[in-house]
Amino acid sequence: MSIEMPVNPARRSFLRHSALAGGGLVLGFYFNAANSAGHKVAKPGDAAETAFRPNAFINIDHNGTVTLISKQPEIGQGIKTSLPMVIAEELEVDWQDVVIVQGDLDPAYGSQSAGGSRSTPTNYEEFHRLGATARTMLIQAAARIWKLPVEELLARNSAVHHLPSGKQLSYAKLAATAAKLPVPPASAVRLKNPLDFQLLGTRIGGVDNPGIVTGKPLFGIDVQLPGLLYATYAKSPAFAGKVVSANLDEIKALPGVRDTFIIEGTSNLKGLLPGVAIIADSTWAAFSARKRLKVVWDEGKVTTQSWAGFTSKAQELSKQPGAEVLRNDGNVTQALADAAKTIEAAYSYPFISHASIEPQNATAWYKDGSIEIWAPTQNPEAGQKIVTEILGIAKDKIILHITRSGGGFGRRLIPDYIAEVAAIARKVSGPVKLTWTHEDDLQHDQYRAGGFHFLRGGLDSTGKLTAWHNHFVTFSHNVVKDGKSSLELGSGANLSGDEFPGRWISNCLIEQTPLECGIPMGPWRAPRSNVLAWVFHSFIDELAHAAGRDPLGFRLELLGNKGFLPGTGEKGIPYDVNRMKHVLHDVAEKADWGKKNFPRGQGQGIAFHFSHRGYIAQVAEVSVSKDGKLKVDKVVVSTDIGAQIVNLSGAENQVQGSVVDGLGALMFQELTIDKGRIVQSNFGEYPMLRIADAPTKIEVHFLKTDFPVTGLGEPALPPLAPAVCNAIFAATGIRVRRLPLLRTDLSWS
Amino acid sequence: MSKYTIKVNGVSKTVDVSADTPLLWVLRDHLHLVGTKFGCGIGQCGSCTVHIDGVPTRACLTPINDVGIRKVTTIEGLAFKGNHPLQQAWQELDVPQCGYCQAGQIMTAAALLKKSPHPTDQEIDTALAGNLCRCGTYLRIRAGIHRAVELAEQAMV
Repeated sequence: MSIEMPVNPARRSFLRHSALAGGGLVLGFYFNAANSAGHKVAKPGDAAETAFRPNAFINIDHNGTVTLISKQPEIGQGIKTSLPMVIAEELEVDWQDVVIVQGDLDPAYGSQSAGGSRSTPTNYEEFHRLGATARTMLIQAAARIWKLPVEELLARNSAVHHLPSGKQLSYAKLAATAAKLPVPPASAVRLKNPLDFQLLGTRIGGVDNPGIVTGKPLFGIDVQLPGLLYATYAKSPAFAGKVVSANLDEIKALPGVRDTFIIEGTSNLKGLLPGVAIIADSTWAAFSARKRLKVVWDEGKVTTQSWAGFTSKAQELSKQPGAEVLRNDGNVTQALADAAKTIEAAYSYPFISHASIEPQNATAWYKDGSIEIWAPTQNPEAGQKIVTEILGIAKDKIILHITRSGGGFGRRLIPDYIAEVAAIARKVSGPVKLTWTHEDDLQHDQYRAGGFHFLRGGLDSTGKLTAWHNHFVTFSHNVVKDGKSSLELGSGANLSGDEFPGRWISNCLIEQTPLECGIPMGPWRAPRSNVLAWVFHSFIDELAHAAGRDPLGFRLELLGNKGFLPGTGEKGIPYDVNRMKHVLHDVAEKADWGKKNFPRGQGQGIAFHFSHRGYIAQVAEVSVSKDGKLKVDKVVVSTDIGAQIVNLSGAENQVQGSVVDGLGALMFQELTIDKGRIVQSNFGEYPMLRIADAPTKIEVHFLKTDFPVTGLGEPALPPLAPAVCNAIFAATGIRVRRLPLLRTDLSWS
Repeated sequence: MSKYTIKVNGVSKTVDVSADTPLLWVLRDHLHLVGTKFGCGIGQCGSCTVHIDGVPTRACLTPINDVGIRKVTTIEGLAFKGNHPLQQAWQELDVPQCGYCQAGQIMTAAALLKKSPHPTDQEIDTALAGNLCRCGTYLRIRAGIHRAVELAEQAMV
């Protein structure tokens, strides 16, 4: 049987870049022979002089195969397809000639972290230049061969053409000549006119699709190596508990078990926590042995923490002034006293898990002070850094292969599982794969933090919003630095005083009080925004209805005519009001806002949000049966993410996925904390959205604007929850103020 | 440990494992057929769906001891050339995002099409209720199944 491996040290071949004259910083990289199925595979070992490698991302060999490096990890956001499309567009190659290879972690590629929807905006311009530079050099090569001026030549379909004579030379034939040319300065490279784009903006299928639908090994969990051993790692159910003792001798004697040992670990919730490793001949042998493992844990003080406790503490704190004032414009107290109508509401949401279907895993091979790692990671740099700390070795002793990830959603930005596999591999002879169970994943995630918002709003006699007060009770960790301890807000648990409607209301007080906890917190798709949009657009909707106004008109009036708003201070959020109004008008038109007559039990809701450089508005249409069953019939999304959609198919998939993901979190997701640990352990107790609950229709509209091209992994998610909840209110008169939705009885009569 | 011979994708394979080893791990760790995925391990996510005598089955809950002489089909063996109408439709409509659950989705959908060659959306939702897609590709999964029906019909003409 032939096993194709995503990355195989035995079959890889290092191709050192020869330092091309004027080539700048170009370090070594290699081609991985087992590449995306369905594409021709680059043959390593092409003689350096015949292959054309103008930079670390492009290789054109004498067969005409164009190999492009994907530098960012692929987690389902489609970057492995979309960024190479940008190079291919400028390079004028036929997409079917292109082979995409996932790059390892390598400084030659620049930043390789995939988070914050940043991969597209930070690479888009540069990738145009990379492709255009290579195209320019191929034209120069043809000009040299034909002794013709470059002005008479053009590149098209993987060849350079001289139209007057009908002569053409393929890139395959030009590669060797182009390889000898100096890399031209940026000033000598002309980028294509966007009107001439032929590839960008079209629908291109994911480059790994052929492998995905036929079951090829693409993911971290699929890595196979000769002599591979399998590991499981048991940590304290109460966070960061220490190992006191374990029945290691009994475990060692179990069938298939090779070794078991305690790892002391640290208290770093994002690093190597204490635990017990079991190494076995197979994953099942390791998992089976773990069921017999008995560990005495020193659970520490975290066991006093519970969601019930946090909730009552938050209620208490809400009655006091906030610990920190994030914004204080005008005089809220006076404005609320003067208001014709005031509305008060408390909103809350729980901790939730990323719950990717591929559990955390990584494979590592430690030998003679060096380590080779294969990991599904969004943040290879963070993985490398923590391994240097754990093993006490330099960066250049670490080879890190980035595999495809079975979902990311921010979870794989945190390298705890890479830290674990490194610590385990140091004690194992030969390669070892660490696989978490889904129970491990749910109970040791870097959770989306819960939170509590205590809101008051004031309306004047004309229905205008004149006062806004929010006391946000959120979560923090006690962090000790240089002997001093202080409370640090959890990742994704913060709020900016600039967050809409923070700069739009003349009397606005935004306060924040952190609750200390020992629960790990991390970025969850569209951090902060994924819940803030729900809270603020739900409350704005309450105010609109209290004012007797149309929810769209109320919002448009609130946005006003402020044009471009710079952020407040260094960490402020710049905001283009016109772009938001543009998508809001667009979505209202496309969704026939206010033009449909819904019977009771059906309705429309609207919301918008700016995050990750994207301006998004959504209208949801829902049906709620009398017994309270929700069906989202249709969601219309209007987006402004700049001047160019890179891959229309991928972009649509991201928006539809964001809507479904947002709906899943809204409807079902909730973790309970008790005794310093997570109560739920697997999908049975932590339901996820299934196909029958997916909206019947999701309509996606992209506005083409003059603004820079930005990312789409996150910004389409936040407006979904408030749009749906506002539609539920329109349909039933029931206001949802607590997540998830299943906590609210939606039945009506 | 005991020796078990099972028929996977038309080929007999012998493995030496404990009787309670789930078919999932036999496929992945011992036979290196990794298209069948480990998700939840408790039959809730459907990522490990294979066919046993044509019936969609959770490989994570099927001990090797229970497989016997029944025929096991995995995503690798769904179509000899990887060109089952569902595999074609999935590529044509660019269904996957991360792709991790898709082998399970396709195996479940393939069993549905055998029973019901022209499924309605409601039949699709019922048949695929056990397969989670964390990326939320459900709309394209529905569309992909309808497209596969068309492709299968075209192939028959």
